[in-house]
Amino acid sequence: MTRDIAVVAFAQSDTLRSTEEVSEVEMLMPVLHDVLARTGLKTADIGFTCSGSSDYLAGRAFSFTLALDGVGAWPPISESHVEMDGAWALYEAWVKLRTGDADTALVYAYGKSSPGSVRDVLTRQLDPYYVAPLWPDSVALAALQAQALIDAGETDEPALAAIGARSRATDNPRAQPRGPVPRGDYVVRPLRTGDCPPIGDGAVAVVLAAGERARDLCGRPAWIRGLDHRIEAHSLGVRDLTDSPSTRLAAERAGAFERPVDTAELHAPFSAQEVVLRRALKLGGDVRVNPSGGALAANPMMAAGLARIGEAAARIHRGESDRALAHATSGPCLQQNLVAVLEGDPR
Amino acid sequence: MSKEPVAVVGIGQTKHVAARRDVSIAGLVREAARRALDDAELTWADIEAVVIGKAPDFFEGVMMPELYLADALGAVGKPMMRVHTAGSVGGSTALVAASLIAGRVHGTVLTLAFEKQSESNAMWGLSLPIPFQQPLLAGAGGFFAPHVRAYMRRSGAPDTVGSLVAYKNRRNALKNPYAHLHEHDITLEKVQASPMLWDPIRYSETCPSSDGAVAMVLTDRAGAARAPRPAAWMHGGAMRSEPTLFAGKDSVSPRAGRDCAADVYRQAGIADPRREIDAVEMYVPFSWYEPMWLENLGFADVGEGWKLTESGVTELDGDLPVDMSGGVLSTNPIGASGMIRFAEAALQVRGLAGEHQVEGARRVLGHAYGGGSQFFSMWLVGAEPPTS
Amino acid sequence: MSAVLKAPVTVEFPFTRSLGPVQSAFLTGLRERVVLGVRTGDGRTLVPPVEYDPVTAEEIRDVVEVAPTGTVTTWAWNHAPRRGQPLAGPFAWVLVRLDGADTALLHALDAPGPDAVHTGMRVRVRWAEERTGAITDIACFEPYDGEAGQLTGGTGEFENPVGGIVAPARLDYTYSPGRAQTAYINALADRRTVGERCPSCRKVYVPPRGACPTCGVATEERVEVGPGGTVTTFCIVNIKAKNLDIEVPYVYAHIALDGADLALHGRIGGIPYDQVRMGLRVEPVWTEGGRYPDHYRPTGEPDGDYDMYKELL
Repeated sequence: MTRDIAVVAFAQSDTLRSTEEVSEVEMLMPVLHDVLARTGLKTADIGFTCSGSSDYLAGRAFSFTLALDGVGAWPPISESHVEMDGAWALYEAWVKLRTGDADTALVYAYGKSSPGSVRDVLTRQLDPYYVAPLWPDSVALAALQAQALIDAGETDEPALAAIGARSRATDNPRAQPRGPVPRGDYVVRPLRTGDCPPIGDGAVAVVLAAGERARDLCGRPAWIRGLDHRIEAHSLGVRDLTDSPSTRLAAERAGAFERPVDTAELHAPFSAQEVVLRRALKLGGDVRVNPSGGALAANPMMAAGLARIGEAAARIHRGESDRALAHATSGPCLQQNLVAVLEGDPR
Repeated sequence: MSKEPVAVVGIGQTKHVAARRDVSIAGLVREAARRALDDAELTWADIEAVVIGKAPDFFEGVMMPELYLADALGAVGKPMMRVHTAGSVGGSTALVAASLIAGRVHGTVLTLAFEKQSESNAMWGLSLPIPFQQPLLAGAGGFFAPHVRAYMRRSGAPDTVGSLVAYKNRRNALKNPYAHLHEHDITLEKVQASPMLWDPIRYSETCPSSDGAVAMVLTDRAGAARAPRPAAWMHGGAMRSEPTLFAGKDSVSPRAGRDCAADVYRQAGIADPRREIDAVEMYVPFSWYEPMWLENLGFADVGEGWKLTESGVTELDGDLPVDMSGGVLSTNPIGASGMIRFAEAALQVRGLAGEHQVEGARRVLGHAYGGGSQFFSMWLVGAEPPTS
Repeated sequence: MSAVLKAPVTVEFPFTRSLGPVQSAFLTGLRERVVLGVRTGDGRTLVPPVEYDPVTAEEIRDVVEVAPTGTVTTWAWNHAPRRGQPLAGPFAWVLVRLDGADTALLHALDAPGPDAVHTGMRVRVRWAEERTGAITDIACFEPYDGEAGQLTGGTGEFENPVGGIVAPARLDYTYSPGRAQTAYINALADRRTVGERCPSCRKVYVPPRGACPTCGVATEERVEVGPGGTVTTFCIVNIKAKNLDIEVPYVYAHIALDGADLALHGRIGGIPYDQVRMGLRVEPVWTEGGRYPDHYRPTGEPDGDYDMYKELL
């Protein structure tokens, strides 16, 4: 017998090209206030807190310690941090709630891409002996994946452009690009500006709660029916870049294939990656994919995966979805993937 | 619904040294992982998930290195997570892995922590320039030395207590084949004659910079029943955090540390830690932190911790041995140091600590802390399964 | 409010990476213009060779030679190379499966333009003129119209194997300290120390960090503190740090400025280092154009009473 655990609140900042007028904690804190206000909880009421962020984005070791100032960790709190996208912080919190050690959890993630050059920063997560010394940037690696898909006949440039256009046509007020974004020039061929995520800074937070506590805090909790994540081999040269077996396996373990979902929030920073994910997740044409616009509309590093779970949950909260899938990714060309299946109570 | 009991059935670590020039980062972590699997007599296929921890990525210059390490740790096709909670990370990582068992998400999990500090220079990694801030210090010693002075003032401890801890831990390290520092000619006089680096902290009272990794196999009741060697059972585990700096912070005895210990003792049913706990693997990067943490963890009253140290209670053959392995003072691959404490505590209750075994150790505390004395993680392990 | 403060930060270090046996063999081979792979238990040949089988996790050590020629498995045209990338002019990123290998290697392909590149095209290694035992010993690939290249037939073992590489890494950031710290830094320029008070607990934070860390709310009310203060604790620094231009020994102190609710950190001067004590009353000493007090010196007032500052320790 395991406990039912739900996402009961979601909040996010605007994603902005630059937030140089505020520090990380100044960017994050209003989001924490927002998400707590939605539940009426205070920091002291929260059983467990977990966050995701990256020192390499900040250019500073232990950068997450300053963000903790925004939480108000006094009296001391039960707290942890992953050097990963916040979706994995949510996973850690979900596990913690399953143990029964806590009934509520605050999960947050933030990232500022503006201080550095994120394309170059991400080269530092590649094999340090054979690949990182060549400085292949994140767009180049995604372009290799896109070309592999085109060669395999899975997509073509107009289809990719359509993904970009559809994503940015979202009515999400938090989306970074305002209005239509032209397909643009090649950044690294075959990927054009419109195939690449906007570079932005932002923060995201959710609150989890278990059992009856979830019903107390939220009119229609987004119950986490399944949550799983899987990693693949690191080297691009040993993987089939047109497929995402780790996504498929995580989805299977999360029970995504047991019944159809009506909505999917996919963390596909590059247009071609949506093609890979749709196939791996066997999403039919009737599934609403990325109504939020996804990472092509706003991609705050380290937070964009958690935002997918938050966006999917928010649709359930609002009664716009009954069963949604949320996905988060990490690493080059979808190396690591997480899948959550969320459901609302029957209406 | 009760939690699944968590057992440690495999422990492995590398011989910690200043620089492991013979292996890659993958080779280093693999060595510890392989030894943990061998101890548990398991194969890669038996592992359902991997939880890895280390301190800042800048130490090796690899961002989120778990991505590159997935292959070496047999994690392909499995869940893999990366924890980072500053110096306490080794402990926090083990606790995250333990939750996977306790929450019945997985049956058997590999957890591992490492640092390969020789790839760069920890002093550099910790002192990246910050514009508009006055550069005043390099390294952690200067950060912690004023707190040590505050402790000395508050407790009235004699100046020599720090050297006693260093002398003890370095002698303990001689009995631990994996310890980094093996100072065979160590004497108390040498410790006391070593140069003052950050007065009141002497060179011999500081931790080294190490390359090293440690791994543990955690499993459930069924897994423990199959284990070839005795298991260590988790009786309590907790993390607590407080802000780095704040008005009213007690840097000598942070409340987060006290609260964390109290939570662990509550879970383990411990009313009097001084009587009921047999030994402690404590995170002591600078020698004076032993008496400070003895008070913070409830083994001594406020201002009295140094008396335990001075009277020999914390010696290997004392009534409450502390840092039997030689501790962080003898071995410090930063991101691994917390998990080494947890693993050494488990080795003690399994009766497998070799020359530095405390006879009859039944309940042992593993302790880690990090950041500005703000992140704490601890577990209490026992030789018997938890009763509740 | 004045303009946003920002400044460049360069994070740069030459990382020294030890290789282990398989990577050492591969990079030593490149130095000798030989491409080595590694054979897995089930007979696949992985190039570049890795130490652990990505499928089975088994350790693999069976080094075998493959040809310096191969086939492009996917590519991407990079019209604007970035710092550190293999070629200065436009090139294609390629994954290349070398003849004899089952996996592909990532590198650059020198080609006149995107129209000259396609998946399935044949390429060969162009060796760097100076080779040190690094992945950059392959300067790049180039189009090649022939059969599989010849193997050298050697054992794959060479004199003076490469044990490590030095991997310089530089990243450039722009640091901006944010609202609260900008105000603090700007006030310092006028030789004033201005903290912020928490609207909830009323504590005064110096320097302010934007949030009251115990209440988790923004601090906004500005409060000038000092200039005088009390040394709450300190250490005497005896080791000279490479990147610091401060003569040793010097005193690094926690100083509770009058009116502040926690101590800031500073250097004590104007007094022999061995006469600094807890409770010493000090004031800032400014230098022309300095962004912060150079140090703090004794005021000559009687020492503060321990009971008065022990809460600020």
